[in-house]
Amino acid sequence: MVIYGLALMGGCMIVGTGLGYLIGHLVGIDANVGGVGIAMLLLVIIARHLMDRDQLSKLAQSGIQFWSAMYIPIVVAMCARQNVVAAYNAGALAFIAGLGAVFAGFLLIRPISALGEKSDPLPPLGEEEAALAAAPASKGGK
Amino acid sequence: MDILVHAVTKYPLVTAFVVVGVFMYVASIVAKLFNGRVHSSAIAIVFGLILAFIGGKYTGGKHGIADVSLFSGIGLMGGSVFRDFAIVATAFGVKLEELKKAGIPGVVALCVSMILSVVIGAATAYAFGYTSPVDMATIGGGAATFIVGPVTGTALGASSDVIALSVAAGVVKSISVMILTPFLAKIAGLDNPASAAVYGGLMGTTSGTAAGLGATDPRLVPYGALTATFYTGFGCLVVPSIGYMALVALFG
Repeated sequence: MVIYGLALMGGCMIVGTGLGYLIGHLVGIDANVGGVGIAMLLLVIIARHLMDRDQLSKLAQSGIQFWSAMYIPIVVAMCARQNVVAAYNAGALAFIAGLGAVFAGFLLIRPISALGEKSDPLPPLGEEEAALAAAPASKGGK
Repeated sequence: MDILVHAVTKYPLVTAFVVVGVFMYVASIVAKLFNGRVHSSAIAIVFGLILAFIGGKYTGGKHGIADVSLFSGIGLMGGSVFRDFAIVATAFGVKLEELKKAGIPGVVALCVSMILSVVIGAATAYAFGYTSPVDMATIGGGAATFIVGPVTGTALGASSDVIALSVAAGVVKSISVMILTPFLAKIAGLDNPASAAVYGGLMGTTSGTAAGLGATDPRLVPYGALTATFYTGFGCLVVPSIGYMALVALFG
């Protein structure tokens, strides 16, 4: 059933958030440290485990893929609720500090990436793929 | 007229689906005009930001178009619940091997970027006359993300105008990441999972990386989001403590 996929994902998220707050609590801050990231790792590992045993039905997978495909529209909605006016009116200090951090970041992508094992560039996106690409699972899954 | 208003405001989230759907469609048409050189999702994101600007100007609120009652569903659809749920969903189908390759560079990026953001933020603050370690740490936190800034400022007892500045710096960062990423991706070598993880660790802003990678290549989203989601928590931990102490040692 579709809901199984959602429940699996939701379960990962609840556990991840719990662990995130636990980490925060342990180091003495009231914040969620990496909860979403932990949830993602859990989902990757558990989904792989279930799919290797054919225990995640096509329908359950489609429940997850739906949300994966909703990613871009949700991000567009997220952009529409940003405080753009505040950024626009921020003044020189905020602009220099914010933009400086961004440009420094872009400059460092190549050198820091070079520290790890080489990772191959993804094949170029076709037009059809670009529209569907928010659901990478359709290619990766069994 | 009343009936019409009722029809669109009765189910805010449904209205949001329709509005965003129309946006995506218009963006895909505009993308064709550009001969496909610009992703339609990048165009839709810019539309969203323009709409947010109009909404913010019109209402004077903080949540862009979502403060207009007609579009309140956008606030729900683009809020952190749906965003985080969708980000987790993108992890489905990710290859564990790629994640492992991205691990160490991702962690390095996280640490380097935190130091760098605080240094850039604090230096800018210093140049503008905010020379106390508390103010410098707060604005440095803002240059990390718009959550780290106020968390640091509150913990250290910074004044509210300094906290507001730190939020503004963070908002500038996150919105410029959204806009600049698709244009700088090629030059910066942002075309594989490992570099996406590094990028997430370097930029840190979850909303910025979410939109930036979405507009560049949606397949990279899970890798970038994974490291970015650790950033704010990590920043809230180290900036008010280690960051502040380092600034006190240097300028106190």
